Amino acid sequence: MTADSAIQAAYLIAAILFILGLKGLTSPRTAVRGNMMGAAGMLIAVLATLTDRQIVSFEMIVAGLAVGAVIGIIWAVRVQMTAMPQLVAAFNGFGGGASALVAAAAAFLPGTIEGVPPIQVDISVALSAFIGSATLSGSLVAWAKLQGILWWQPRGLALQLLSNASALTAVVLGVLYVLDPESMWLFAGLCGGAVLYGILLTVAVGGADMPVIIALLNSCSGLAAAATGFVLGNDVLIISGSLVGASGFILTQIMCKAMNRSLWDVLRGDLGEAAAARPQGDIYAGRVKSASPEEAALLFDVARVVTVVPGYGMAVAQAQHAVRDFAQLLEARGTEVRYAIHPVAGRMPGHMNVLLAEADVPYERLYDMDTINPMFTECDVAIVLGANDVVNPAARDEPGSPIYGMPILEVDKAQVVLVIKRSLSPGFAGIPNRLFVNDKTLMLFSDGKKAMQDLAREVRDL
Amino acid sequence: MESFLVSVTVFALAVFVGFEIITKIPSTLHTPLMSGSNAISGITVVGALVAAGATDSDVARLLGFGAVVLATVNVVGGFLITNRMLAMFRKKK
Repeated sequence: MTADSAIQAAYLIAAILFILGLKGLTSPRTAVRGNMMGAAGMLIAVLATLTDRQIVSFEMIVAGLAVGAVIGIIWAVRVQMTAMPQLVAAFNGFGGGASALVAAAAAFLPGTIEGVPPIQVDISVALSAFIGSATLSGSLVAWAKLQGILWWQPRGLALQLLSNASALTAVVLGVLYVLDPESMWLFAGLCGGAVLYGILLTVAVGGADMPVIIALLNSCSGLAAAATGFVLGNDVLIISGSLVGASGFILTQIMCKAMNRSLWDVLRGDLGEAAAARPQGDIYAGRVKSASPEEAALLFDVARVVTVVPGYGMAVAQAQHAVRDFAQLLEARGTEVRYAIHPVAGRMPGHMNVLLAEADVPYERLYDMDTINPMFTECDVAIVLGANDVVNPAARDEPGSPIYGMPILEVDKAQVVLVIKRSLSPGFAGIPNRLFVNDKTLMLFSDGKKAMQDLAREVRDL
Repeated sequence: MESFLVSVTVFALAVFVGFEIITKIPSTLHTPLMSGSNAISGITVVGALVAAGATDSDVARLLGFGAVVLATVNVVGGFLITNRMLAMFRKKK
């Protein structure tokens, strides 16, 4: 066996470990092992690559690995769970950026790449540079928005035209580059156009649509790696990249379906014209029943089943530990506590699940939307904590509403709904929520964390 | 041309494998799935290593260096944070 085929064998083992690792993620019990298998596969692939006879100097490699590892370790160890969406967004960008840089290095290589037809190299370099650059810039915009640094959210026709124009420019320059691979100006222009496209594509996307865009960028970071695999004629890159591409694509679809909106609408930042035209009107006037923590606590005295519906507000208030404490108190009194998780609650797929897991809530208590909805009829109190649009009955009952058709958590089927919210301000969709004036609903105006602590204190005093 | 077709075949089959596995992953684990798969997409480090160590073109080596840094952050940070999250899911009383 030659050295080259030994490396290929190592890559095959790595690819198998990646697949088995992802398979491990199908259950929380096997997930940690699955992740370890993925990491082992990566280690094998890196070690095998270092024996490649093409590599003649190690200074850049050692320096790069050291710098990258230190940044990665510090970031991963210190980041707060509530900042997870930003981290995932940034890492997606790094993956895309790395692939674009490898493509650029291949473009600058004087010779040809062994065993890969030049035309395949040129086309894949252009593709990898395009996807990678757009993923990098798009992810950085998403990161800045999630971090709260970037508030600017332009929309409209001009933005779309600009965005289309930048994409078209990048594609034309890409085609020209394939025809004339010697021209580094064409390559630089291609990357510049793609960077601009990534920015313009994500800048219109607003808060609650973030789960879609993060999943999409996740998919793109994989596709960029796969394209780099075509540049180098390297199967392990192609396999891993397409696995990730498929994964991100499925998540994107799940998120879009959970909002009943097309990917196209999300990218345009478009929630239907109705949202802007609709008079905010005072549907709340005089009809909202607000309760103090003392009054609200009485609800839990006789409740047998309580369902918590968390939303982004829980993450903002960092209320997950307070929720857990309150739930344990109720459970000690014989009440069953369930958690209802809407697929797009929060800012990324699975956001609420991670926060509740951090607070030690057993994952068996978390129910997805389709499972919990029929169970609301047997629920005595539903606590809506920092969620708004995902429980808005307009999505079910008002055909004219901009969010009509979006699947919701049907909390209004519970006996009583306790909505914990700081004010009556509308959610991301900017539309009023009739749930707040439902006869069954009590509003507890407070910060999420404080409300849970107050409720716990009052229930203890019952 | 033949090697290109082989690569396309590998790509197509891997996409199908990905779809089959990932549709079975419960929504509870969607965030770890993203960070974990993101770490896997850091496999691009393999190409970055060759670029950073192989050529006599300084530009290509510098680009390779940048790629190694970004990809390593992705790989190391990605697997670590996924492990941190999954450990929270596992522990039970």
